[in-house]
Amino acid sequence: MKKPMIFSEFFKNNGLIMGSFLMFLVGFWVIVLILLPQISMLDFSFRFNLPPALQGTEADVYTLNNYRYLVFGPEGASDAFNKVDLMVFVRTILAAMAVTVMNLIMCYPLAYYLGQSKGTGFVRLLVVMLVIPYWINEILRAFALRIIFGDVGMINGLMMNLGLIDQPYDFINADIALYAGLGYAYILLMLFPMYNVIESLDRNQIEAARDMGASWIRIHRRVVIPHAKPGIASGATMVFMLSAGALAAPQVLGGTSSLWFTQLVYQWFNDTLNWQQGAAYAIVLLVASIAIVLTFMKLFKVNMGDIGK
Amino acid sequence: MSSGVDVNLENIWIKFGDFVAVREANVNINGGDFFSFLGPSGCGKTTILRAVSGFLDPSEGRVLIGGNDMAGMGPNKRPTALIFQNLALFPLMKIWENITFSMEVKGASTAERRKRADELLDMIALPGQGEKFPSELSGGQKQRVAIARALCAEPDVLLLDEPLSALDLKLRQHMRTELREIQQRVGITFIYITHDQGEALTMSDSVAVMRAGIIDQIGDGHAIYDTPATPFVASFVGENNVFRGKISAVNGDEAILTSNRSGELLAKITPTQVGKLNVGDDAMMFVRPEVLKPGAGGEKTTISAKVLNEEFEGNSYSVFLEGDGGKQIKMAMPNLGQNQHTAKGEIVSFSYNAKNAVVMPVGDLASE
Repeated sequence: MKKPMIFSEFFKNNGLIMGSFLMFLVGFWVIVLILLPQISMLDFSFRFNLPPALQGTEADVYTLNNYRYLVFGPEGASDAFNKVDLMVFVRTILAAMAVTVMNLIMCYPLAYYLGQSKGTGFVRLLVVMLVIPYWINEILRAFALRIIFGDVGMINGLMMNLGLIDQPYDFINADIALYAGLGYAYILLMLFPMYNVIESLDRNQIEAARDMGASWIRIHRRVVIPHAKPGIASGATMVFMLSAGALAAPQVLGGTSSLWFTQLVYQWFNDTLNWQQGAAYAIVLLVASIAIVLTFMKLFKVNMGDIGK
Repeated sequence: MSSGVDVNLENIWIKFGDFVAVREANVNINGGDFFSFLGPSGCGKTTILRAVSGFLDPSEGRVLIGGNDMAGMGPNKRPTALIFQNLALFPLMKIWENITFSMEVKGASTAERRKRADELLDMIALPGQGEKFPSELSGGQKQRVAIARALCAEPDVLLLDEPLSALDLKLRQHMRTELREIQQRVGITFIYITHDQGEALTMSDSVAVMRAGIIDQIGDGHAIYDTPATPFVASFVGENNVFRGKISAVNGDEAILTSNRSGELLAKITPTQVGKLNVGDDAMMFVRPEVLKPGAGGEKTTISAKVLNEEFEGNSYSVFLEGDGGKQIKMAMPNLGQNQHTAKGEIVSFSYNAKNAVVMPVGDLASE
């Protein structure tokens, strides 16, 4: 580990004015944009949903009630656990993992191809073609997918014209549209970190392994993937976190029966106007996601520092 | 270890689109030889190596290793091992894993691999370093690990692509000796690529000098240095003084060049041109700085020129004289304690022994 830069040195290198400005920017970002909102959410999550008149009075005390609700449901309910919400939670986490794995499998060959074909014109064109659709708003992209996957959409139309099916297939209720939308929403965040690390891999390493008789599978397992691990970890973390926290795609593409956990959070905030309950749900999702990411990083022996590379 | 096998390149052409990287290369390398391809960057020597290792197929011609045609065989199928210019050690594997990667590929057990790694680490004088990562070793140590890794595969032919170029001068000279020793110990064929004539001459049994895709000359160090076949070889390998002119007389393997500025000069004809050089031909004569002696000699082996400069280089003095067409003539004399001083602008005479000078038809010189 590098020793953290001492403040005096930092100011010596940057000058007092520039140094103060940089400190202010970083401080503003970390405190005002990250810490304060999160702390106020955390605070919310431990309070009762009181009418404004009672807020700040003696009745406004800390409670674990909001968390208890997620696990056990309303008091006096017939079930011992809040089965519905817990199921949504588990399914959201599992689905986000599935989306991450799906993106990883799709992006690795592409990232390898892009990374090892030394920036020819065609590759640059390919990258531009991948990036341009992301200039379009996320919700618009979700709606576009909904249209494509709809009953009278392109895919159903094509399959019916080809005589593969008689009735339009309900992609929306089967959640296929949802997975496609989630997968597509953050796929570039998987592709680019991987592309960057693979591009930095010395081609001679691959040739050396080949020269020593290694098969393609072994070359990838022993040379390319270990090298690409920080990029894979960085991409997978981002895709998982963002998929688990996605709202637009589940809102637009989710079937009638499928709720995404963020939709529950949204409902607490927006429909029920119970911000305290919503905050508790959001905090649980955040903590669980971080815990899962850290567990996987430990499992695959990735350091936090590698992700920043 | 397997003993060395022959490598034969038969009429090899390698083209990339319209660009001809290698033109009609015919090379026969004897088993167990240390063979070098020497040439400036871009001359096609690395391309030839890649054709031998199997990373590319020649457009025409055959690569034979141990008499077997290698056409269509990938690098993993050939009995060759390649040492890359940047070594290409695997940074995320330990030294012992690096060295025995070729055994891992074949499914050898960890115990076998560790045993072999220890043997090879002993051989390269790095015992007990197997648990380190490449980044923890010095340049010379990495170099030796790369050699061990290549030898671990027990290749019949070891291919080396300028592996010493990243090392500093002292280490490079040391590694030359070491490489040569290793080669003699394991007895397999080494094919070495370099742009450094010192490396090629000290280590090789045989050297092929390449220029722009063409092999100009193949021979041992003495042949290359003393009887260069072309002006390019003469000027690329070592230092040389060139005199241009026309042939005025031919007598067996000797010829007289009427040089543009130094009158008639006697020299032997380079062996490949004996009988081909005729009176009236445009020709070049080469004589090396160290064979020039101060003072007049024979009638046709004495040159007079104006002193431009003198340099003291510790082990020798170099005197620079006004030469042909703006080129300087360099005369090198060993420092034997004499206090050499030539006056600038003075006209001096110096001479050479005709058997140390070679004459040949004009051609391209190596760019400096």
